[in-house]
Amino acid sequence: MAGAALVEIRDLAVAFDRTPALRGVSLSIGKGESLGLVGESGCGKSVTWLAALGLLPGKARVTGSVRLAGQEILHAPPATLDRVRGGRVAMIFQDPASSLNPVHRIGRQVTEALQLHRGLSGAAAREEARRLLDQVGMPDARRRLDAYPHELSGGQNQRVMIAIALAGQPELLVADEPTTALDVTIQAQILTLLAEIRRDTGMALVLISHDLGVIAETCERVCVMYAGRIVEETRTERLFAAPSHPYAQGLMAALPPIHGPRRPLAAIPGSVPEPWAMPPGCAFAPRCPRHVAACDAAPPPLVAVTPGHCAACIRPGAVSARAPLSPELLPA
Amino acid sequence: MLRFLGTRLARALLTLVLVVTFAFVVLRLSGDPALLIMSADAPPEAIAAFRRAWGLDDPLWVQYLRYFGAILHGDLGQSMRDGRGAIELVAERVPATLALTLPALLIKIGLGIPAGVYAALHRNSWIDRGVMFLAVAGFTVPSFVLGLLLVLLFAVQLGWLPSGGQESWRHAVLPVITLGMGGAAVLARFTRSAMLEVLGQPYMRTALAKGVPWHVAVRRHALPNAAIPTVTIVGFMVGSLLAGAVVVESVFSWPGVGRLLVVAVSNRDLAVVQCILLLVAATMVTANLVVDLLYGVLDPRLRISAGRT
Repeated sequence: MAGAALVEIRDLAVAFDRTPALRGVSLSIGKGESLGLVGESGCGKSVTWLAALGLLPGKARVTGSVRLAGQEILHAPPATLDRVRGGRVAMIFQDPASSLNPVHRIGRQVTEALQLHRGLSGAAAREEARRLLDQVGMPDARRRLDAYPHELSGGQNQRVMIAIALAGQPELLVADEPTTALDVTIQAQILTLLAEIRRDTGMALVLISHDLGVIAETCERVCVMYAGRIVEETRTERLFAAPSHPYAQGLMAALPPIHGPRRPLAAIPGSVPEPWAMPPGCAFAPRCPRHVAACDAAPPPLVAVTPGHCAACIRPGAVSARAPLSPELLPA
Repeated sequence: MLRFLGTRLARALLTLVLVVTFAFVVLRLSGDPALLIMSADAPPEAIAAFRRAWGLDDPLWVQYLRYFGAILHGDLGQSMRDGRGAIELVAERVPATLALTLPALLIKIGLGIPAGVYAALHRNSWIDRGVMFLAVAGFTVPSFVLGLLLVLLFAVQLGWLPSGGQESWRHAVLPVITLGMGGAAVLARFTRSAMLEVLGQPYMRTALAKGVPWHVAVRRHALPNAAIPTVTIVGFMVGSLLAGAVVVESVFSWPGVGRLLVVAVSNRDLAVVQCILLLVAATMVTANLVVDLLYGVLDPRLRISAGRT
């Protein structure tokens, strides 16, 4: 898969005012693949992609390498990045209502991207914008072109964001918590829409979420992040069936089982270490039930526990998760 | 849209009525114009005659109604000093004041807004710090201090420009700079914070994420949003075109509306004071009305909630 990688991120690290936010992330995503990034707030899942696309504020110090189809794009000249962003790699965000400019009409915000990446203007751009709004399931698309974001619902605004993202016919869509701000029913509609678009266009998808259910529904492969690092990476069903890193196991144990008797949900004791007070070794060590002295020596590297299943743990557990996998959570 | 305009107009009129009433009450309560104008040792019969002539011996509410009725007929009364019409007296001073405040407004807008935008775009750079230092200085130094400093430097020390009077355009330079600098400082600070607020909004990230070049994103996505709060301050400055130069006119002995106001207040020349207050209030209210309408143009969220559906 490494040969066909669409995006290859190596040792990506980000620091804000010398406080590390991302501490060496490596991952790759193949053409047409769907990858989930899961972890709690502040673990660096969004920062990874904002940094990769050069969207972090100037005070962020970014190091490492990000290759798009073999071409380095980290710290690339602005003109190169402007062509990549919204063109080959599009990104949508958590809060659709504030992610759209309140003073411009929907149509203009979609045609702006069409103009930039496909050179369309005037009536042709407007017609294509209408087609895109149709494609993302916007009711009464032609009239909606003249609407302002505040006249639409959150779900409709997210559809507009997706339409803008699709305008450049991207090879990869990075969806950063795209459903977090939406109602559960709308959430399901947006996830279905993303899956349909992927099926129809063959575009790759990175889905960033703190919601394991959302990831399970949408992604083939998943990276679990903790305190600025990837701690486990495997196929989604494998993560649910046999999580290896104690943090991933803790996450699974915190999920309520749909079948079988009710049981108290297990919480992971303690809390994430502050970014400026990281332990010298494994960041999860202070909360880890399998903690031994060697864990504090150095951060453990991400190594294969079985083929296609990596964990950053010196004592990877074959321990079965306490929560048996619910079939409802698996991708169809 | 019509209903929106109607409410705004009604509110503007109410403001004017309140200003007129307030001015009337305060001026009548703060001293007897008959005593001030005739001087305290004038014969009591003369003072009584003066009171009768100007209707000052009627009950306050009768005076108020008479005054208000007259205003509705466009009659703002006569100056108690020289008997000329108050409107006429004030009107002949207006051009002089505008000769200071209009160029000053251009300086405020032309200097303040670009400086604020530039500082925001180069946040924490030495230029940003420099602009903000000047802005805080311009903001905190009262205009009479700045005016006197400029006089000391350019009139007394260097002898380049006159220190007061109204004989030529050169006389206007120092008062215009004094007025303009203070306002430009206020506007620069305000514009900078409005820009910073907008630059941090998620839609700016969206614009960049769809490949809009930075300078285009600033022009197309940031400036229209930052204009909304900035227009408020500019509107306030437009509203104070007539009354904003009271101090500076006094410092530079410029014969404008402001100086007339100072003299009229100290003389209790009621009609003139009330006329100026009404004029100032009317300018302010009109400017506010225009700002309200501009909000509707700049911000579609307000347009819709106030007008259609």
